[in-house]
Amino acid sequence: MSMSEERTTPSPIAALLHHRLAWPVITLLLLLAVNTAFNASFLHIEWRDGHLYGSLIDILNRAAPLVLVSLGMTMVIATRGIDISVGAVVAIAAAVAAWLIGGSMSATESRFPLPVAILGAIGVAMLCGLWNGVLVARVGMQPIIATLILMVAGRGIAQLITDGQIITIYYTPYFFMGGGYLAGLPFSLFVAGGVFAVLYLATTRTALGLFIQAVGINPTAARVAGVQAGRLIVAAYVFCGVCAGIAGLLISSNVKSADGNNAGQLLELDAILAVTLGGTALTGGRFSLVGSVIGALIIQTLTYAIYSLGVPPEVNLVVKAAVVFIVMLLQSPEFRAQVGGLARRPSFPGAPL
Amino acid sequence: MSAVIPPTPNFPAMPHSAPPPAAQRPRLNPKYLPLAATVTLFVAMATLGSVLYTGFFSTQVFLNLLIDNAFLLIVAVGMTFVILSGGIDLSVGSVVALTTMVLAALVEHRGWSPLAAVPLVLLMGTAFGAFMGFLIERFRLQPFIVTLAGMFLARGLCYLISIDSISITHEAYSELAQWRLELWEGASLSLGALIAIGVLLAALFIAHCTPFGRAVYAVGGSENSAVLMGLPVRSTLIGVYTLSGLCSALAGVVFTFYMLSGYGLHATGMELDAIAAVVIGGTLLTGGVGYVAGTLFGVLMLGIIQTLISFDGTLSSWWTRIVVGVLLFVFCLLQRLLSRRAGKPR
Amino acid sequence: MKNPMETTAHTPPVPTLELSGIHKQFSGIPVLRDVQLRLYPGEIHALMGQNGAGKSTLIKVLTGVIKPSAGQMRLAGAPAWPDTPLAAQRLGISTVYQEVNLCPNLSVAENIFAGRYPRHGVAQGWRIDWEQLHQRARELVGRIGLSIDVTRLLSDYPVAVQQLVAIARALSIDARVLILDEPTSSLDDDEVQKLFEVLRRLRGEGLAIVFVTHFLNQVYAVSDRITVLRNGTWVGEWAARDLGPQALIAAMLGRDLAAQAEHTPAPLAANGAQAALLQAEGLAQAGQLQPVDLQIRPGEVVGLAGLLGAGRTELARLLFGLEQPDRGMLRIDGQTVAFDDPRDAIRHGLALCPEERKTDGIVAELSVRENIALALQARMGVGRFLSRAEQTAIADRYVQLLGIKTASVDTPIGLLSGGNQQKAILARWMAIEPRLLILDEPTRGIDVAAKQEIMDQILRLAQAGMAVLFISSEMSEVVRVAHRIVVLRDRRKVGELPAGSPEDAVYELIAAEHEHV
Repeated sequence: MSMSEERTTPSPIAALLHHRLAWPVITLLLLLAVNTAFNASFLHIEWRDGHLYGSLIDILNRAAPLVLVSLGMTMVIATRGIDISVGAVVAIAAAVAAWLIGGSMSATESRFPLPVAILGAIGVAMLCGLWNGVLVARVGMQPIIATLILMVAGRGIAQLITDGQIITIYYTPYFFMGGGYLAGLPFSLFVAGGVFAVLYLATTRTALGLFIQAVGINPTAARVAGVQAGRLIVAAYVFCGVCAGIAGLLISSNVKSADGNNAGQLLELDAILAVTLGGTALTGGRFSLVGSVIGALIIQTLTYAIYSLGVPPEVNLVVKAAVVFIVMLLQSPEFRAQVGGLARRPSFPGAPL
Repeated sequence: MSAVIPPTPNFPAMPHSAPPPAAQRPRLNPKYLPLAATVTLFVAMATLGSVLYTGFFSTQVFLNLLIDNAFLLIVAVGMTFVILSGGIDLSVGSVVALTTMVLAALVEHRGWSPLAAVPLVLLMGTAFGAFMGFLIERFRLQPFIVTLAGMFLARGLCYLISIDSISITHEAYSELAQWRLELWEGASLSLGALIAIGVLLAALFIAHCTPFGRAVYAVGGSENSAVLMGLPVRSTLIGVYTLSGLCSALAGVVFTFYMLSGYGLHATGMELDAIAAVVIGGTLLTGGVGYVAGTLFGVLMLGIIQTLISFDGTLSSWWTRIVVGVLLFVFCLLQRLLSRRAGKPR
Repeated sequence: MKNPMETTAHTPPVPTLELSGIHKQFSGIPVLRDVQLRLYPGEIHALMGQNGAGKSTLIKVLTGVIKPSAGQMRLAGAPAWPDTPLAAQRLGISTVYQEVNLCPNLSVAENIFAGRYPRHGVAQGWRIDWEQLHQRARELVGRIGLSIDVTRLLSDYPVAVQQLVAIARALSIDARVLILDEPTSSLDDDEVQKLFEVLRRLRGEGLAIVFVTHFLNQVYAVSDRITVLRNGTWVGEWAARDLGPQALIAAMLGRDLAAQAEHTPAPLAANGAQAALLQAEGLAQAGQLQPVDLQIRPGEVVGLAGLLGAGRTELARLLFGLEQPDRGMLRIDGQTVAFDDPRDAIRHGLALCPEERKTDGIVAELSVRENIALALQARMGVGRFLSRAEQTAIADRYVQLLGIKTASVDTPIGLLSGGNQQKAILARWMAIEPRLLILDEPTRGIDVAAKQEIMDQILRLAQAGMAVLFISSEMSEVVRVAHRIVVLRDRRKVGELPAGSPEDAVYELIAAEHEHV
């Protein structure tokens, strides 16, 4: 009886476990279970004030900006890059929007019409993304350096726009984006969902997914094959910038203010974490949009779990660290080999079973 | 079946001794250029400041660059080794904060003597760095993500100890913090600055005179080759992160001299400043190329920008961020253009 | 080839190194089965076999990179077992790899002594003694006949010199066994001669040298004995003078392909009256290529011959838009064009199968199907998408046509052997049905059978009307298939030869002092 005959078709459970999304989904379910264990009303959803109300709804609402930024980050990471300036871009977008609205005390007056404010903010965010993309694709800088520049300078720029103040926004129509409800669900959910849908279709119904993966795995080979790597890379960073811009609108709309210094603080790290949790490798290539969304949800649920456990929010950081360590180790083939070696009995070729 | 042409008398012999024309620059030039640029820029800024603002051109102003940025210099020196090896350490700011917090808690709340507390926190920082280095090396994890998690962890631990800041009122401590080494009329250095200078000298020694330092360069140049050459790659990789952890802890101690408190919000963003200082100092983020001396000038550069802005008085402090960003851009561009010109191997 | 150290035939000295009974498996698949190797002091021993025969694995076992599942190793009679590269070094086994695994950012001297620095005493803090380091490096480098500045960075020197530095490093550890893994693949012929001189000198000093190569003529030029592996098993060990080329090929392949190689079809004469498909006039790039004129007609196979460094790949890259010329003109079908990007060239019906398939060809983690469909998809653009079924259909067709050995078209291409990867890349370009296919070293580093299949395919494509620009270092291949041979030397064109020219004519052109037009 030789070892090779043992290789029968894997059981359905084993096959399921091997799916790329298996671990992220399991983690999310575990977190939801933990939350429910400590807070019986966690899964409770009811209709109140004309919309759905409950912890889950809250999580989804708060997760929307992170989901957006994570989607943008996924595209950038897939091209073998990274964008650590998204937090700064969030701050810049919020500052631009707040400035365009005018910061007057009136709830009905705005310096420029709301669509202009929104488009202006997204436009500026797009320019930030374009800046990053050009530095990476045309100048050839390493992504972490290129985006480091905007990360450092970006907060300064945001503060420049807000003149160092935290601009409070009073204009009520602005609040709809981050705090309003449509058909009972938070509007931010529709925004995030819409962007996800567009991106998903774009990467699976067009050659975009194939090209981005090719560029991420081997940019030289992709170029020789006729793929316009340069344009794709710039597009990825522009898209990431736009996502950050929209996230900035949602965040500032939710908290009704634009803070050049603190808005989007640590958001880039959360986004990278979400993407990694979702199964996309930092080295680029194959990516998973659904994985990144689940990753973002995991982080948000985690924050919520810590809050509902009554633990001081600062512990959030320690827990995030622990989660990162665990997920990283699990994703590492060397670790799995080590642990697996301990768990399995070593076998020798030709030895009797 | 390929054919080998026997060397005919007509065929010119390949000059093995001379490198191809493209590389026949004097060795000094391309590698030292970013460093030369930094030094030049620093001198230019110093001159500019002296011309524009009265009182700028005094020894103490320049010594203050060292005093006010002593902790940054220490951290950046540790960061230099990590970046030279081809990695990155995002946890340095958080470890600095954690060090201040633990130190303050031990000295103020537990009544420990600083003489006992300081070695302990140094050990703690070293162990922290070693742990991250172990994970990175043993399981081939990406330094970016591991040190990112380390950053979360260290800051979180800070807040676990105390949400609010803890002031250090220990007498001997305050005395140490205010102690100055009088150099000459009107010029003095703080203890922190002296420690920073000591660290810098030690780092110069390590980088150029010890096998460990040279192994760092080798690993940064090509980790694969270093393995095949039989170099101690594993211990080197763990070593650089351990060193960075030690530097962060030491910087944290110096930071407490400066701030006389332990606080979870200390040193936020210091890792970025450290990376900026290292890059502006001429070290490539890809690893293997760069000088510890360059980091000194990178730190001085950041310091002088700050000084210029505060002397001006009219510019708000966030202009520092923008200027540093612009500088980073210029230097990275310079590095990029140079490496392009150094160009394709035949 | 006489080995001056060898005594009369029958009582060889104790082997410096002896491997026996070596077994190795990777995830249950045997890669080495009962392999042996014997090295004597003062010999150059060629290790030969097809790709996948197990040569690299055996080398890795020797150098402590891999641990075998079973087997023995004896060093000068005593059992020894290196379990790390460092341990192997300490035992006196040193390797020079094809990619010269040294650190380009360190100086030559430092590369030689890395890890074994001479130090000052304790009084001086145990500092590295740089003066002594440089002095000893100069001595070592002189010993192999190289006169270079050891304080300069390794990256300042070309690959040939870097390899010699790697050999110097081997000498610095008093190596008894020197292993050279495909050392000549990136060297031009003059550099190869220089290397051989060094090897002969070292052999004279008593070193045992293992020489892994697939260039048959080099084997006969310099080795004393030959060991052949095939499919992971040991086939035999011979003195070089006792094994003729035909017998060697038979041993490597297990069948007489050598005979098959003789009977290739003669190239079809191209129709000379057709208008030129591609015309390059005075195409040049500063520092890379001097002005070159080139004409290619539809259905023509133009061979581009020359030594390494002659500028062949540079010309190919210019034609394909990977580089932009500084001077000169390119015309396709009589119309002037300027390619900014390969995409432009592809739209005009060009295709390039690059020299370095690992870095410029395959997208390793993507499947065979996706790799084959890539260029076609790129030409169609982002919007028009080839569905998975369409991709599979295309891939299946070429797998069949070219005989690509893969478990399925969904296997990641990185798992295929070199020859099959090359076929897949060829399939990628055939899929866009180009009018001119530029092939840059399509048969490098792949086994003889696959080489043959690819050469046959090229002929078939030409017969079907595709123009081919064929770059190859194997002169016999070029001479066999080309309608015309364009010869480059030192970055400029030195002449053209018609079909049927003998190899010697090409050599003469390259060696000649005067330009022929």
